[in-house]
Amino acid sequence: MLPVHLIEKIDSVCKKHNISDKDKEKIAIKVENNYEKAKIDPGEAIGIVTAESFGEPSTQMTLNVFHFAGVAEMQVTVGLPRIIEIFDARKKPSTPEMKIPILPKFAKNSDSVSLIAMKIKETKLGDIIHEITINVAKSIIEIVLDKKKMRELEIKPKEVTTKIIDSMKLMDIKDDGNVISLKHKDKTLPLSEIYKLKEKAKSIHISGVKGIIHVLPIKDENGNYIIHCAGSNLKDALKIEEADQKNIFTNDIFEVYETFGIEATRTMIIKEAERVIREQGIDIDVRHIMLLADMMTNTGVIKGVTRTGISGEKKSVLARASFETPIKHIMNASLIGERDDLNSVVENVILNQPVPLGTGMPGLIAKMNSEVKK
Amino acid sequence: MVEHYIYKKVDAIIFGMLGPDIIKKQACAKIVTPELYDKEGYPVDGGLMDVRLGVIDPGLRCKTCGGNLRDCMGHFGMLELARPLVHIKYVDVILNFLRCTCRDCGKLLIDKKITLEIDDEEKTIHVDEFSDDVASKKQVKSTVSSLKNVKKCLYCGAKQFAIKVEKPTTFLEDDKRISPIAVRNRLEKISDEDVARLGLDPRFARPEWMILIIIPVPPVTIRPSITLETGERSEDDLTHKLGDIVRINQRLFENINAGAPEIIVEDLWDLLQYHVTTYFDNETSQIPPARHRGGQALRTLTNRIKSKEGRFRHNLAGKRVNFAARTVISPDPKIEINEVGVPFNVAMELTIPERVTEWNIKRLKKFVENGPKKYPGSNYVVRPDGKKKKISDETQEQLLEEMQPGYIVERHLMDGDISIFNRQPSLHRMSIMAHRIKVLPGKSFRINPAVCFPYNADFDGDEMNLHVPQTEEARTEAELLMEVQTQMITPKSGVNVIGCANDSITGCYLLTKNMKFPKEEAIQLLTSVGIDKPERFAKLKKTVDGKEIFSVILPEDFDFVGRSKKKEPVLIKNGILIEGIIDKATIGQEKGEIIRSIIGKYGPDTALVIIGQMFRLGIAVLLDYGFTTTISDTDLPSEVQNKCHDTINTSERRVSQLIEQFKNKEMNALPGLTLDQSIEVKIMEVLNKCRSKVGEIISESNLDLNPTIVMALSGAKGSFLNLSMMTACVGQQALRGKRIDRGYRGRTLTIFQKGELSPAAKGFIRCGYKEGLNPTEYFMHAMTGRDSLMDTALRTPKSGYLYRRLASALQDIKIGYDSTVRSGNETIIQFTYGEDGLDVSKTEGGKLNINRIIREVLEG
Repeated sequence: MLPVHLIEKIDSVCKKHNISDKDKEKIAIKVENNYEKAKIDPGEAIGIVTAESFGEPSTQMTLNVFHFAGVAEMQVTVGLPRIIEIFDARKKPSTPEMKIPILPKFAKNSDSVSLIAMKIKETKLGDIIHEITINVAKSIIEIVLDKKKMRELEIKPKEVTTKIIDSMKLMDIKDDGNVISLKHKDKTLPLSEIYKLKEKAKSIHISGVKGIIHVLPIKDENGNYIIHCAGSNLKDALKIEEADQKNIFTNDIFEVYETFGIEATRTMIIKEAERVIREQGIDIDVRHIMLLADMMTNTGVIKGVTRTGISGEKKSVLARASFETPIKHIMNASLIGERDDLNSVVENVILNQPVPLGTGMPGLIAKMNSEVKK
Repeated sequence: MVEHYIYKKVDAIIFGMLGPDIIKKQACAKIVTPELYDKEGYPVDGGLMDVRLGVIDPGLRCKTCGGNLRDCMGHFGMLELARPLVHIKYVDVILNFLRCTCRDCGKLLIDKKITLEIDDEEKTIHVDEFSDDVASKKQVKSTVSSLKNVKKCLYCGAKQFAIKVEKPTTFLEDDKRISPIAVRNRLEKISDEDVARLGLDPRFARPEWMILIIIPVPPVTIRPSITLETGERSEDDLTHKLGDIVRINQRLFENINAGAPEIIVEDLWDLLQYHVTTYFDNETSQIPPARHRGGQALRTLTNRIKSKEGRFRHNLAGKRVNFAARTVISPDPKIEINEVGVPFNVAMELTIPERVTEWNIKRLKKFVENGPKKYPGSNYVVRPDGKKKKISDETQEQLLEEMQPGYIVERHLMDGDISIFNRQPSLHRMSIMAHRIKVLPGKSFRINPAVCFPYNADFDGDEMNLHVPQTEEARTEAELLMEVQTQMITPKSGVNVIGCANDSITGCYLLTKNMKFPKEEAIQLLTSVGIDKPERFAKLKKTVDGKEIFSVILPEDFDFVGRSKKKEPVLIKNGILIEGIIDKATIGQEKGEIIRSIIGKYGPDTALVIIGQMFRLGIAVLLDYGFTTTISDTDLPSEVQNKCHDTINTSERRVSQLIEQFKNKEMNALPGLTLDQSIEVKIMEVLNKCRSKVGEIISESNLDLNPTIVMALSGAKGSFLNLSMMTACVGQQALRGKRIDRGYRGRTLTIFQKGELSPAAKGFIRCGYKEGLNPTEYFMHAMTGRDSLMDTALRTPKSGYLYRRLASALQDIKIGYDSTVRSGNETIIQFTYGEDGLDVSKTEGGKLNINRIIREVLEG
């Protein structure tokens, strides 16, 4: 039985060179022979091979943390730090990033794309303010909006007021068309608190996709427009009608997990890890990345390669103890009378016994002479 | 003696707590006095060095088992504490128990109904093995937190108080101290069922055991004292600590018995608690660590287990071995790739046990006759009863006489024996390979330079380790699974790690490019590298082309179509190199296409021989040709030199134009960038192009006889970039992906003007290394040099830790007999490995080479 991708490959090559069916069959048989020979042997310690395949070249990766996508604020973590980040399964990447392709029908020219980009970028109240002051005498926060900027971003003053009302429930809000004034219901509030409220008001979300702090429209080699975003918010980005939703990219693993589930996460870990590794000019076979991604996701949740993740959820007490925090593991094991069945590697190394991998896996049962006679 | 091979002695380990009963039962001695030795220096009975706890002096015998230093593993003793003490590591657990149970009746402060529910859940949890531990732990945690604030016992109606812990070991109830005695009394009252409901297994851990009334005293064998040169004894840290405990304990006993005032007893009690706490963990937060007189902290139980130097990682997960050797390595291309040259000194120290049979007795007797001082001899003879006899002048004759089938002779290493060879850091499996021994004069291990790559070795003083497997099984495994030829393709990406390198590539390149030899010389050359193929020699004409010489190495039915480094076609038909020049892309390490094909077609053993011959042929050609690289390689013809200078000058002019434009505000910003950033990007582009342009000029200048260029062209070493850096222009020094922009305010060095944007002010080096750098250029160069040094130093531990974590997480994953990928507890990770079940080390770059198969089918 040949895997599908090999059959497809044979088909396509045969079609290209007009190879007769008879020859094709011969080829198929020969490929199958070769395939059987190249199959992996039972007992192969493939986990260790994978670990080595990452561990050995990781010393060659750069530690130069950042890569500039054009603007200084739009840095992206690359190389070893990014690989560590992926394998750790950190909740938030240190430099969240999204790439939102724009559907061709909306992307007529670079101006229209920049407009879309500006809409995607998160606008906070602070961004469209001309002036914000505290009227100390009346304990009022006064906001003057920047009309010009608002027109550029197509934001109506009404929307702004409603947004402020929604997020500042404890304030009385008045809008006289020019100045929006906020007054706290508790009149005895000290000035320092009002100052805090002023800062809070500045960060009220007005429009755009939450979390996107920077945008950069880029035209790729096929003439399609892609908006690079610093910051990631997959859920809201999927609601953008101009975006080509099928091809939105984010580097936030947990966002993918929450929006699309575990299988998508597995694929994403594979793709993202592969991309980072290829960028560094290092050749690691995808099979290794697949195995690691499967290991990280096979329980349905994302587990990192850390003492709380894969290694911490090992069955064997000794395996956990020999990795990190041995005292904790032994103490807890003693409380519940934990049993270590010595099924994996370190435990057996510790006890000077053969490990159940490779040649240590098969057991031979020999019939004793007396049994044979019976 | 019959040898018993026991492959699995221990089936499982169950962890549990030591209760007082068990401690008492296993104890061989009761420790009652802090004294260690009497006046004669003999261990005191009932002291910490009691001979019933095992012996550490060679002359003494253990009173418990009668064994001496070698046989006796040591025995535990015990120490009865005058008052109960809290075990520091279980404080949190005790706190949970106190909070969750009634202070009077000891029942769990929870409704019967809910209890039943918990029991049910526990059961279902245990059915579902997968999430066993995690789920039950969570369950217990939620139960505990829900019971924290119960005010009244549901069973006896007693009022409950808030219980707090004052770190490290004091329990407070309603801000009043509860003595460990009271705590223990309460814990004793808790029923086994309730203990189980709180997540403990009462068979292995009763809560009251966490309050110590008796502590085990470890055998002296785990805390041996060392005798200093002065004859003074220096005791182990543990013995010191135990001594403190015993001393204070005795004082406490005496004071209690004498009816001393409560306050004195309390003080001593607290002191004893301190000592016992530091005995378990000398790094407990909030208490000062116990120290030596010199001020150095004692290394007590926790410290012994923890961290890299602790028991687990230092002694259990990694072990020391016998039959190993370590020395400097040096190259020897004349030995085979799967051989290792071993010095006589090593070969005569390491041995291989060989069992005497009727058929080999004569041969083995010869070894015994030679003895340990003459090669090939032997060092030991093992009698059938297991007694090992050293061969010396006195014993030699007798041993020779009594030798008969069944004896084992430990003979010296000989040519062809299998050994395991290793270089640290052992980052991948090719770092440990099996080699055949080749005993050679000299003092270093000799390896064929072709295996430097997988070991990542060079000869600037590298040392390597040699191990000699001692059993037939080990030798067989080493031979079948670890020998160099089995490791030629890396499982990382499916390319070859064994191939030609450096000089041998240059040699083969020059040979196949345009060399011609008279027939005699050609044969001379070939035989000198160990090729003996008379039938092929006969076919050679009077003058032999280099390509034909190279072809002699190839098997006669070998076909190959591929491309050279320069992307020119390389064609081999029926073992004859018809077209193309051999270079790194065809015979090099990693993606040496010819080598990969040979391994695929003829198997690793033949391939190894062929690689060895290629390697030696390349070197032999260079020896004959005379090849060297010198400073004069960088003397380029003046027209090339001028061209290079022109390029640099134009680039600099272009940059000053850009700066002019920028200053006159004629420049447009690039999209998404500020003007300052835009000019930076534009200048960088020009300067980076400048250096690559210089490289191009040199590569186009047809200097094919220049040895440095020959090396760069063949892929042996160096590149045109390297050469242009030496001859023409070192180029822009980049720091963190930008031109250098740090230093003084607004400028890198004070000789530049503030805000100067010129190439020189931002780290552009316009001279080549040969011409020399001016002081500012030198400084900039040193900056980037230091930066890259720093980067390496910071990266190594980071990637090392990542590797350790990966290895620990993945170590037990294997392919099952049903070809699924499974973890240690047989959980399925993948149904087919890598979605197609292919072994990367059996593929070509992770793929089956279908095109080649099709070609083979169609052509024959």
